[in-house]
Amino acid sequence: MFLQQLVNGVALGSVYALIALGYTMVYGIITLINFAHGEIFMAGAFVGLLLVATFKVNVFVAIIGAMVFCMLMGVVIELIAYRPLRKSSRLSALISAIGVSIFLSSLALMVFGADAKGFPDGAFPVKQIKVGSADISTLQLLIIGVSAALMMGLEFIVQKTKIGKAMRATSEDYNTSALMGINVNRVISFTFALGSALAAAGGVLVGVLFNAVSFNMGLMAGLKAFAAAVLGGIGSIPGAMLGGLLLGVSEVFGVAIGYSSYRDAIAFTILVLVLLVKPTGLLGQKITKKV
Amino acid sequence: MLKVENISVNYGAIKALQNVSFQINQGEIVALIGANGAGKTTILNTISNIVPSVAGKITYLDKEITKLQPHEIVKLGISQVPEGRRVFAKMSVLENLEMGAYTRSDNEVASDMEKIFQRFPRLNERKKQPAKTLSGGEQQMLAMGRALMSRPKLLLLDEPSMGLAPMLVEQIFQIIQEINASGTTILLVEQNANMALSIAHRAYVLETGEVVLQGDAKELASNPEVRKAYLGE
Ligand SMILES: Nc1ncnc2c1ncn2[C@@H]1O[C@H](COP(=O)(O)OP(=O)(O)OP(=O)(O)O)[C@@H](O)[C@H]1O
Ligand SMILES: [Mg+2]
Repeated sequence: MFLQQLVNGVALGSVYALIALGYTMVYGIITLINFAHGEIFMAGAFVGLLLVATFKVNVFVAIIGAMVFCMLMGVVIELIAYRPLRKSSRLSALISAIGVSIFLSSLALMVFGADAKGFPDGAFPVKQIKVGSADISTLQLLIIGVSAALMMGLEFIVQKTKIGKAMRATSEDYNTSALMGINVNRVISFTFALGSALAAAGGVLVGVLFNAVSFNMGLMAGLKAFAAAVLGGIGSIPGAMLGGLLLGVSEVFGVAIGYSSYRDAIAFTILVLVLLVKPTGLLGQKITKKV
Repeated sequence: MLKVENISVNYGAIKALQNVSFQINQGEIVALIGANGAGKTTILNTISNIVPSVAGKITYLDKEITKLQPHEIVKLGISQVPEGRRVFAKMSVLENLEMGAYTRSDNEVASDMEKIFQRFPRLNERKKQPAKTLSGGEQQMLAMGRALMSRPKLLLLDEPSMGLAPMLVEQIFQIIQEINASGTTILLVEQNANMALSIAHRAYVLETGEVVLQGDAKELASNPEVRKAYLGE
């Protein structure tokens, strides 16, 4: 029972973590809460669904396709909705982000209709594997495996590559990074591309897991992932991973011990409790002023 | 080498620079002195185009750079050691130096880094440490090493002596002269006018956003007005 719920929680939490990473990376660099991030996740789910249903590709190819599509989408959104407002007040950029979010979910409603769409039968072969007392499905393994691989890939990029180091430098000190000859606009585009790709993968995985893709799926998932990012400490990459896992596991255990009608409230309750004790989040640091 | 003509800069309603003009010749150390808030940092940031100018023109090696992006200016060979050092605190000493070499893709980056470590042996011992664990003096060395990693032709230094003990100030100024002797032109902003004038060839005095005096560094150092206002007499 315990092991079973733990696996369920980790699978759900991995997806929250994938989405939370996009919020935290973007915030880390331009101190903007990208409200449209949930809709990028939704778009990823639709692209994955279309690829599987129309082009009959397997789930892995669909994930890669959705990631590529959403990378471009994230870069374009930043270019037209945020970059022109870079020197304006924080509030203008935030309002622009909310606008993009509403625009994208309305667009999805127009194009795909209001009903949730399911993946075709056998899109991914689901088998149960017995481990001790728990039934672990191949679907959960897929989710945990893909998420873990993506997060390790991200960690490698951020720690070891030239552009990843430039991302860290830019999130520490924007102006000084420019003085190093770093093209900060390019770093920002790259950050949006990375975050959007992770959200897209999360979207396809969630679509397969719940067998439902709908125009408004980005809202709740986005809010919870945002809560996860804040819980872990907004701006901190390991924080987003930890926050996502914690929220996923608590949500599943909360439901298991009988609070299923409060399913969506659990994440926010935990968030409020942690912030009361540690306002910067679990792994967050004091937010330094960005000039 | 660098020619600044009639530059004006505003921060909102504040006029930080008005009609500032000066020039730097190849191979010189030029000092820029002035009281707090005179606009020295603003001048450096305007050259690097971190802060935009509202009027005027900056030319570097016969090319106008006024509207270039900051990273393009670095690529042309102008590098800045910003006020307060501004090392990347969470990144290691090595990574900080790598960021300094960001614009380069030649294969001499590693040997240049070795040279930095020879010049600043303390950085070598602390390669793997996050920069925030360094002392103030070590951070200043890191900030200078980092700026040198881009192989600048013109180095802008903003108050390198700030907050350092006299011994260390001597050492830093010694190093500035060495850097200059090895062919790098230097624009040096300093509160410590005494030290700055002692190593500079020429100097400009800035007062509330305007150049009020200029000339040979030795002559300025013996100018009674300058002695009274900046050399504490
Ligand atoms: N970001 C900013 N926003 C508004 N005003 C600013 C800003 N930066 C500088 N100023 C103002 O511009 C003027 C010049 O500032 P600057 O930092 O260039 O002076 P400085 O000569 O470098 O002084 P210090 O020796 O104290 O470093 C000052 O009046 C300062 O208050
Ligand atoms: Mg200054």
